[in-house]
Amino acid sequence: MSVAAAVHAHAPEAHRTSTGLNSRKMLFWAFLGSECMFFGALIATYLVYRGRDQVGPHPHEILNIPFTSVSAFVLLMSSLTMVLALAAVQRGDRRGSRIWLAATALLGMVFVGGQCYEFAHFAHQGLKLQTNLFGSTFFVLTGFHGTHVTVGVIWLWSLFAMAARGKLPQSRALDVEIAGLYWHFVDVVWIAIFTLVYLIQ
Amino acid sequence: MASTTATASAVHATPRSESGLWSWITTVDHKRIGALYGVTAFILFLVGGVEALVIRLQLAQPGNHFISPDVYNQMFTMHGTTMVFLAVMPLSASFFNYLIPLMIGARDVAFPRLNAFSYWVFLFGAIFLHVSFLHGGAPNVGWFGYANLTSREFSPGQGVDFWAIGLQILGVASLAAAFNFIVTIINMRAPGMGFMRMPPFVWMTLVTSFLIILAFPVITVALVFLLFDRFTGTNFFVPAAGADPLLWQHLFWLFGHPEVYILILPAMGIISEVLPAFSRKPLFGYPVVVYSGIFIGFMGWGVWSHHMFAVGLGPLADSFFALTTMLIAIPTGVKIFNWLATIWGGKLRFTTAMHFALGFIALFTMGGLSGFMHASPPADLQQTDTYFVVAHIHYVLFGGSLMGIFAGIYYWFPKMTGRLMDERLGKLHFWLMVIAMNVTFFPMHFVGLLGMPRRVYTYAPHMGFDWMNLTSTVGAFGIAVGLLVFMWNWWTSLRHGRPAGNDPWGGASLEWALPSPPPPWNFATIPVVKSIDPLWHRESRAAALAANQPSGPIHMPPRSHWPIVSALGATLLMSGMIFGWVVGIPGLALTLVGIYAWAFEPCT
Repeated sequence: MSVAAAVHAHAPEAHRTSTGLNSRKMLFWAFLGSECMFFGALIATYLVYRGRDQVGPHPHEILNIPFTSVSAFVLLMSSLTMVLALAAVQRGDRRGSRIWLAATALLGMVFVGGQCYEFAHFAHQGLKLQTNLFGSTFFVLTGFHGTHVTVGVIWLWSLFAMAARGKLPQSRALDVEIAGLYWHFVDVVWIAIFTLVYLIQ
Repeated sequence: MASTTATASAVHATPRSESGLWSWITTVDHKRIGALYGVTAFILFLVGGVEALVIRLQLAQPGNHFISPDVYNQMFTMHGTTMVFLAVMPLSASFFNYLIPLMIGARDVAFPRLNAFSYWVFLFGAIFLHVSFLHGGAPNVGWFGYANLTSREFSPGQGVDFWAIGLQILGVASLAAAFNFIVTIINMRAPGMGFMRMPPFVWMTLVTSFLIILAFPVITVALVFLLFDRFTGTNFFVPAAGADPLLWQHLFWLFGHPEVYILILPAMGIISEVLPAFSRKPLFGYPVVVYSGIFIGFMGWGVWSHHMFAVGLGPLADSFFALTTMLIAIPTGVKIFNWLATIWGGKLRFTTAMHFALGFIALFTMGGLSGFMHASPPADLQQTDTYFVVAHIHYVLFGGSLMGIFAGIYYWFPKMTGRLMDERLGKLHFWLMVIAMNVTFFPMHFVGLLGMPRRVYTYAPHMGFDWMNLTSTVGAFGIAVGLLVFMWNWWTSLRHGRPAGNDPWGGASLEWALPSPPPPWNFATIPVVKSIDPLWHRESRAAALAANQPSGPIHMPPRSHWPIVSALGATLLMSGMIFGWVVGIPGLALTLVGIYAWAFEPCT
């Protein structure tokens, strides 16, 4: 057989899929479906326990909507820069890739910084993880979201490092696209949290 | 054949040593991972079985003191946890791993390294859970860990910590595998294999995988709350702070009921393969069997509160969940009738695998009937927390899942090893197991209706069920004898069994076109599928057999040691919650190194 002769030819079936969809992207969509159940359970718990606190501080006494609106805006803008980063990588714009990846990561860091400030401020005002049900559910829910943003920031800086070393060519745009899926998902979750926790008290 | 092997081996990108410990540690071959999963899960199944025997010895006589009450609690907790998470689920996963690529005409799964990662996390998670025996006592709060018995106040030891963290680790393994199989099944099918040409086992794996990825996050959140309560003093399950311990039950059963179908659907898939093969008839009503499986998967999300009829959710909720529970019996019944119609008028061959498949139908139907009884809230109030429920779950999990798994072992053992199992010993195993299983669990129906509660350490004499409990204990040892026969059969057949050839049973699906055991690359040429049962159609059969003739380059994923490194790191990281920073920090470092090295490792 001529098997050995074709050893170095790139095997086509490694990339052909039954549906034509990329397998990594499909895996990531499935992962996001799973994440929906994760945040769904966290948010549902927050809603079920709302108003059952035996002691304060209560949400309306402590939540600072203007401040959080600004950080929510920052996070939403990072979705825009994420789109621009992907577009830059896809058209092979190396400078644009670096700029927009860094911008997305920095906006994410501003959001996480805002959350750290918010947590510290709440703690100063007497709301801790153990204070009441609001403290427990609020910090665990928003803390897990913040952890997700942090993971995303690390992921984005990793991509930035690849871009900076010229190792993020057009052919690797899928790497950025998947990071983008994650990033947009985390933003969408924040819209749900911001609406249900902050706006509808 | 020999020359094919030689040339095909030469095309692997990196050198593969085909034997030795390191080749197993770094393997990404789905067949090897399936074998690792199977052997590990079977050993853990034996551990869970020994725990069951200890429980039965304690309950053999009224007022017995064979073990202490605390050890008894550890035994039933670890028995339940082990059988669900460490035995039946991974035994099913073993079949997924071994068979799915073979059945859909693929060379491996979509993410071979993720598959290896799943196995290693499972192994380390199982070891972690069992370390608790040496570290202050195993978990002792039941496999369902109801709040707020699990709080620091009522469970000050570390058993609950081991349980909660152990389940989180095992959840990672299940999730990784499920993502992988979803993508593999949707994206790696051979040309021509439309969704309605997939073998029923592949369909059930797909449904099960979706259940896993949607159900496990829910218990993850519940366990996160529990761990926060225990480690940081939050109030998720503290009634004094206004919390409702029922939250745990809702979250747990919202996971737990889909979990029931995660345990049974793979077995249903297995017998949907075995029955047609030994009836020489295609599966009756294949589309209906598939739709029923999907419907069960959906409905499984709407029945969780039937585990909670006794907690007082009110008539509206009870009625709703009673109705949905009765509704889910319909697709299950549809499947039973389809299986019966499959064997009706068939040319039956009573092999051991066929015995187990038929045993599945009989015993699972009995379990279904008792399950249907406690779908009714008034009846359930009498039965809940009694041995009646113990009888029910063992008819569906032992009579159902395990019978299906044994049918699968006898059916695919020749494919996996190239040798046939001994049919005489196999039938002895079957009859010992079925008789002993009924001797063990059938009396529990009566014990329960007479009022004996579950999970009690001991009971007073002369309540009318002394002899029944003794009967159950005798039966349990009968099951153990049956398992010894199976292990003897397995061991001797592995070494001295008759050579099986490619297709000892005349099976219909693609795996039977391949040599036994299949070569590492499975299909030298990816086959083109033209029907549901390719090996039973003349033109499809030729196409399937052509899969053994190489027609181009064979491209296999290289082995990797990063899955085991990442798995070890993740396990150490999470065990850091118990063993402290000394373990947690290296775990974190190892995880990070593992993930980055994995991401940048050339894999194609």
